[in-house]
Amino acid sequence: MTTRAAPLTDAIDPYLIPALDGVAYGLLLFVAASGLVLCFGVANILNLAHGALYAVGAYTVAVLADASWGSLALALVVGVAAGAGAGGVLAGLLAPVVRRDHLTQALLTFGVALVGSALLVAAFGPDSLPVRIPAALDGTVEVAGHRYPAYRLGFIAVAGLIAVALTLVVARTRVGMLVRATVDDADMVACLGVNPARVRLGVLVAAGALAGVAGVLGAPIIGPAPTTADTVLMLGLVVVVLGGLDSVRNTLLAALAVGEIQTLGVALTPAVAPFLLFTAMAAVLAVRSRGVPAWWRFRPRWGGTT
Amino acid sequence: MTPRPSRWLVRAGAVAALAGAVAAPWLVDPYTTSLLARTLVLGLVGVSVAILTGVAGLPTLGQTGPFAAGAYAGALVGLHVCPIGLVQVVTGAAAGALFAALTVPLVVHARGVVVLMITLAVGELTVTAASRWRSVTGGSDGLAGMPAVRPVWGMGVLDSDRERYLYTLVVVAALLAVVLIVLRTPAGLLLRACRDDEARMRASGHRVTGYLAAAVVATGALAGVAGALLVSVQQYVSPADFGFEVSALLLLGAVIGGVASVGGAIAGTALVIAVRDWLSGMLPGHAPLLLGGLFVVTAYLFPRGVVSFSAGAVALLRGGSRPGSARRVPDRSGADPAPGAPVPARVGPRGSGVGT
Repeated sequence: MTTRAAPLTDAIDPYLIPALDGVAYGLLLFVAASGLVLCFGVANILNLAHGALYAVGAYTVAVLADASWGSLALALVVGVAAGAGAGGVLAGLLAPVVRRDHLTQALLTFGVALVGSALLVAAFGPDSLPVRIPAALDGTVEVAGHRYPAYRLGFIAVAGLIAVALTLVVARTRVGMLVRATVDDADMVACLGVNPARVRLGVLVAAGALAGVAGVLGAPIIGPAPTTADTVLMLGLVVVVLGGLDSVRNTLLAALAVGEIQTLGVALTPAVAPFLLFTAMAAVLAVRSRGVPAWWRFRPRWGGTT
Repeated sequence: MTPRPSRWLVRAGAVAALAGAVAAPWLVDPYTTSLLARTLVLGLVGVSVAILTGVAGLPTLGQTGPFAAGAYAGALVGLHVCPIGLVQVVTGAAAGALFAALTVPLVVHARGVVVLMITLAVGELTVTAASRWRSVTGGSDGLAGMPAVRPVWGMGVLDSDRERYLYTLVVVAALLAVVLIVLRTPAGLLLRACRDDEARMRASGHRVTGYLAAAVVATGALAGVAGALLVSVQQYVSPADFGFEVSALLLLGAVIGGVASVGGAIAGTALVIAVRDWLSGMLPGHAPLLLGGLFVVTAYLFPRGVVSFSAGAVALLRGGSRPGSARRVPDRSGADPAPGAPVPARVGPRGSGVGT
């Protein structure tokens, strides 16, 4: 009386919701990590304060949003502006050390991240804040026989749009051309008359804005708490390492993979999942650093591929 | 040929620091003494970070790995085998070296910021393993209840903070002496040469990868000893002792201390721990703010650390190249040195367009 496919769907069924969660989580990580990729790939800056910029966006929405659409829009505008502004401040702080090595930049941005997180905790307290979302998104919807939070479905749609927009900007616009050219050969771009300081400022502001967007929209998923900055930074670094610096598509695939490991992986293999992320990261780095394929561009400026 | 005054200054400073370290437990309260012992332990890990980062040219965030391996090995020996400190220290060293040997294939082929990320992953994996492997490590509750340690057979147990501090001081000082001696032998010279011009070393037939592997294992053993000492000092161990924060602080301490300097690493680590534990005791709740400020100030003022900064200033004041500049830390990235900084002599830093 049952069809042959039934046992299969029964087997898949418990993992459907974690898989969908993984897509939402992965798209959130994509929006957050794309800023990190932009900083590293274009401006050659290892920005360890990126997680703190996400936290700024998350706290913004927790403070401003009051379950109305207007307040969510306001929070989005303020959060993006705050993220972009913080990115601009970071560019100013980095200007004096920009010709030094990555270790110095890492120390500086990590210090900024510590100070920023400490200030956020001082301002908003050590507890995680609740985030109020518009009533229309607060309920659940039916997905293949399961109840699923409407907000996450909406988030998947919006973040998908952001991913498409980013791809188009990088592939089709003049700014995107500049970004790709700088990833390929920053010195040549500077020779062609593009001011590197302005590229750096633009990149950090854009990355800050992306972190702000991710923070505002992702707050119901990775909410504002003292550990937010660290969580987002660590996962973002894993995405950067797995996806490389070359293409928006690879970053998206890496982010979705990390999202699925964090959700579906935990559901499937709870014992192994916590190790999967960093094992994958170490393995990918170790293989790539032997210079096997040249598809992850190791520029001579930050370590040889010999 | 008269020795340079700066060297006498350094020696006088070292002697004064040692005398102060010996006298300290009679001058301060027991709580501060135990904090000092912990600082010494972290200073030893800081030295291993400085050797890898500054001397071997492999900037690391993963020395918490062998540190943790040594700590859990020492704790298990203390709990189940014997309370002899020597046995625990040797076991810790072996565990740290073994752990480091396992990470060698990951680390030695990478350079620069890639090492930083690989070792970050190694450190994170260690903490995850430590908090999940409940049957051995006690999970996130950690291991406690180790009996007080006896340094060697026949000696009494160390049952006061002062005795445990002095025991730590003796072990750490002995190991530092060994480290300083080894760095002055051809082994230390080879490591620095690999860091400064890898292509040339390979061309002259040196097995750079092998040297780096040896450095990784040896520093792993150092960190392992520190782990065993940590257990002896606080008689408790948990994954919280080895988190990312500890790795970042150790790297900061090594950088403040001049990256390649052993004494500098101890001083830098002590400064960082002092900010975290003492200064923030006076301003409760503001430790991250203070540490963040310290990170930022360090990045601006001392791109190569306090020690080499003062050395560079001395060279500038004398208006000439400093003798013994082989001990200087070259620019790690191949980017241009900061304006006003002395340029490394003759050999370019690794990665500055040297192809093989």
